[in-house]
Amino acid sequence: MKRFVLFLPLIFFIGLGIFLYKGLFLNPKAMPSALEGHPVPAFKLLTVTKGDRVVTKADLIGDYYLLNVWATWCAACKAEHPYLLDIASSGVSIYGVNYRDELAAAQDWLTRYQDPYQFSAFDVDGKFGLNLGVYGAPETYLVDHLGIIRLRYAGVVDTRSWKSDFLPLITQIKAEIAASKSL
Amino acid sequence: MIPELGSFALMVGLAFAICLSVIPLVGVSTNNLTLVKYAKPLTLGMFLFTLLSYIMLTTSFVTDDFSVLYVAAHSNSLLPIQYKFAAVFGGHEGSLLLWVLMLTTWTSALALSSKSIDDAFVARVLAVLGMIVVGFMLFTLLTSNPFERLLPNVPLEGRDLNPLLQDIGLIVHPPMLYLGWSGFSVAFSFAIAALLTGRMDAAWARWTRPWTLAAWSFLTIGIALGSWWAYYELGWGGWWFWDPVENASFMPWVVGTALIHSLSVTEQRGAFRNWTVLLAISAFSLSLLGTFLVRSGVINSVHSFASDPGRGMFILMLLGTAVIGSLTLFAFKASALKSTSKFEFYSKETFILAGNVALVVATATVLLGTLYPLFMDAFGLGKISVGPPYYNAVFNPIIALMVLIMGVAPIIRWKKNKVGTFRSELGLIALVSIAFGIGFPFVYGGEFIGWVSAGMGVAFWLIAATLKNVKNNVVSPQGGYDLSRPTQSYWGMVVAHMGIAVAIIGVTIVSFYETQLDIRMNVNDSVSLSGYEFKFEGTKDVEGPNYSAKQGQFRVYEQGNQIALLTPERRVYRVQTMGMTEAGIDSTIGRDLFVALGDPLGNQAWAVRVYVKPLINLLWIAAGLIACGGFLCMTDKRYRAKKTVTQTTPMATEPTVNAA
Repeated sequence: MKRFVLFLPLIFFIGLGIFLYKGLFLNPKAMPSALEGHPVPAFKLLTVTKGDRVVTKADLIGDYYLLNVWATWCAACKAEHPYLLDIASSGVSIYGVNYRDELAAAQDWLTRYQDPYQFSAFDVDGKFGLNLGVYGAPETYLVDHLGIIRLRYAGVVDTRSWKSDFLPLITQIKAEIAASKSL
Repeated sequence: MIPELGSFALMVGLAFAICLSVIPLVGVSTNNLTLVKYAKPLTLGMFLFTLLSYIMLTTSFVTDDFSVLYVAAHSNSLLPIQYKFAAVFGGHEGSLLLWVLMLTTWTSALALSSKSIDDAFVARVLAVLGMIVVGFMLFTLLTSNPFERLLPNVPLEGRDLNPLLQDIGLIVHPPMLYLGWSGFSVAFSFAIAALLTGRMDAAWARWTRPWTLAAWSFLTIGIALGSWWAYYELGWGGWWFWDPVENASFMPWVVGTALIHSLSVTEQRGAFRNWTVLLAISAFSLSLLGTFLVRSGVINSVHSFASDPGRGMFILMLLGTAVIGSLTLFAFKASALKSTSKFEFYSKETFILAGNVALVVATATVLLGTLYPLFMDAFGLGKISVGPPYYNAVFNPIIALMVLIMGVAPIIRWKKNKVGTFRSELGLIALVSIAFGIGFPFVYGGEFIGWVSAGMGVAFWLIAATLKNVKNNVVSPQGGYDLSRPTQSYWGMVVAHMGIAVAIIGVTIVSFYETQLDIRMNVNDSVSLSGYEFKFEGTKDVEGPNYSAKQGQFRVYEQGNQIALLTPERRVYRVQTMGMTEAGIDSTIGRDLFVALGDPLGNQAWAVRVYVKPLINLLWIAAGLIACGGFLCMTDKRYRAKKTVTQTTPMATEPTVNAA
């Protein structure tokens, strides 16, 4: 019995080793896209800029639009911000999800750095973010005309990712819209 | 030619290492003294050829030989010379070579200074070290040879060293860290030799301890330098992020701390032998695990600058062989005998053991936090990351408990202590510590913060209890004070424990009372923060050897008097066209004023980050004290004794209160 105890460290390590081995074949940077192909979950939230305006899923309109999860505590969001302004000025609708943030700070952010969003839902307790499956800010979702999430993009959207990840899907969505209209 | 020589030297080194891991063991098992005596010359040969190989790689860097892939990827002809030396270990391949060099340095240091240890035993230890060297050299040669050539298309210029790494902190941080990590392999090899021979006695502990202390002290310095570098170089003002790679260096340190204490019990009382052996194996295994985590890319980290599943597989095999081999040996050969020395509940043994358990549990929590994302992923439960809130909630209370134990353990006697005297010695200190802890946040910050009370309370407790203990120990029988009465290793313990207290004070104060501003500043704007006024006077253009920079000019005033001119820089390195923040810091013992330039906002305006960090410098002072304590213990004269001590423990003599 006494001898058995001395084997415990070995057993523990072998268990650990199996995980480490499995870990070699996982990519820590790949994010699963649980909601891709599914509709945007329902929500009912106040907006950041107008404290009395309640927005729901029905307020997300457009042939396609972006849902951008941001927060003032997120340094990468600051880096992403100018690019979002560019995208918005090119005519793409962006809806913000202000994730687990403070209202005053968020309002200040939007006045100071300009507001690219149609509106930003104020998701103070992170419930909507949770339903979306947010891991961290910034995250951007591309949603099509049927309200289906087509792409979930974790990290900073920039020229490169916009070209390689978003634009092809947007072209595809446009084609689908054209096809459905011609029917 | 030179890179080929380097590669060749490494192969010769490998040949020496292979011989070293076989010949002495054959000698020991066949009682062939000649073969046993081969151990030392083989060790020296292994070291010399590794050194030669390292010098060849350095030469390639200094002479800008961009036909070598590794040099082309990590250097540039414009790189200042001191960074060319540092660039040798600025990437994966070179840092492995440095690892091997450090390991062979330890091995030859042991071979040269082991005259007091029994030849056959040293031969075994050296052979085990030889095996570890073989593993790492194979890893280097097979998966990450730094001497690989870029032929025939030799680039005219190199891609330059990552600007983040072009810094004095990086010149010294990795060597210290690697000295520490690889140093634990000496303790590991002693443990394996002890298991092989069944010799886990006081003499064994006495031989092992100075080596462990040395490794541990270097690791302390290495970790502190890394933290310091992150603080002033990353421009976020943070000094510890609980990043997986930081954890990888921290876990061996915590277990190493447990190990040096456990070794002291084994040395002085002959107790805790299996525990000591297991800790020695763990410290080394965690060093290897750290290497695995950093090098394989299984875990996302700000440090993961090289990730390659092939390398990961090799390191895992190395880790598996070393750990499974040693733990199997442990399982079969660990002494099943009950320890000969008995101790009661109120004894130094109990308290050191309790402190050790706290340290091991703390390590386990860090290990869990580091690997948890991997477990979740492997089970298909999704991707998560574990952040500072977890560590603060779990690690800090365990460490607080450990510090309480640290106050008691040096004072209490070996074997048995009367409960009454124990109360009379520490009761008052305990009460004052609690009062001090509760009162401190009110006086310092005007409001109660539980964590601050806990931190300052335990720090006060540790300082007061240690001073009380010092007072007890320097009183000579005649009643006067005699500072030479306690041993040098006792003073080492005092210094290191004080270092821990200083670190706790620094961490507590800076975590809760630092102030920060993120603002937009136009030229001639002023902001005030914690009583300091920061005035932005615009930026200057500065040209460095391989970068151009905008240098902000910030005058800092305190009560109207200018006390500092801070010049944070925003650099763009020409080759990698990578932006870099260089913080402007004004340090005094009481506080750091820290300014970093963010992004330009047009019209000469900048996003600026300003911090006032009280007592942050205590962190670096503490690390210095802790490392000093380690070196003091290590150089105690009892470890320099020439004679071979073979008896188990000096049971008859009443041990002095000098267990460090």
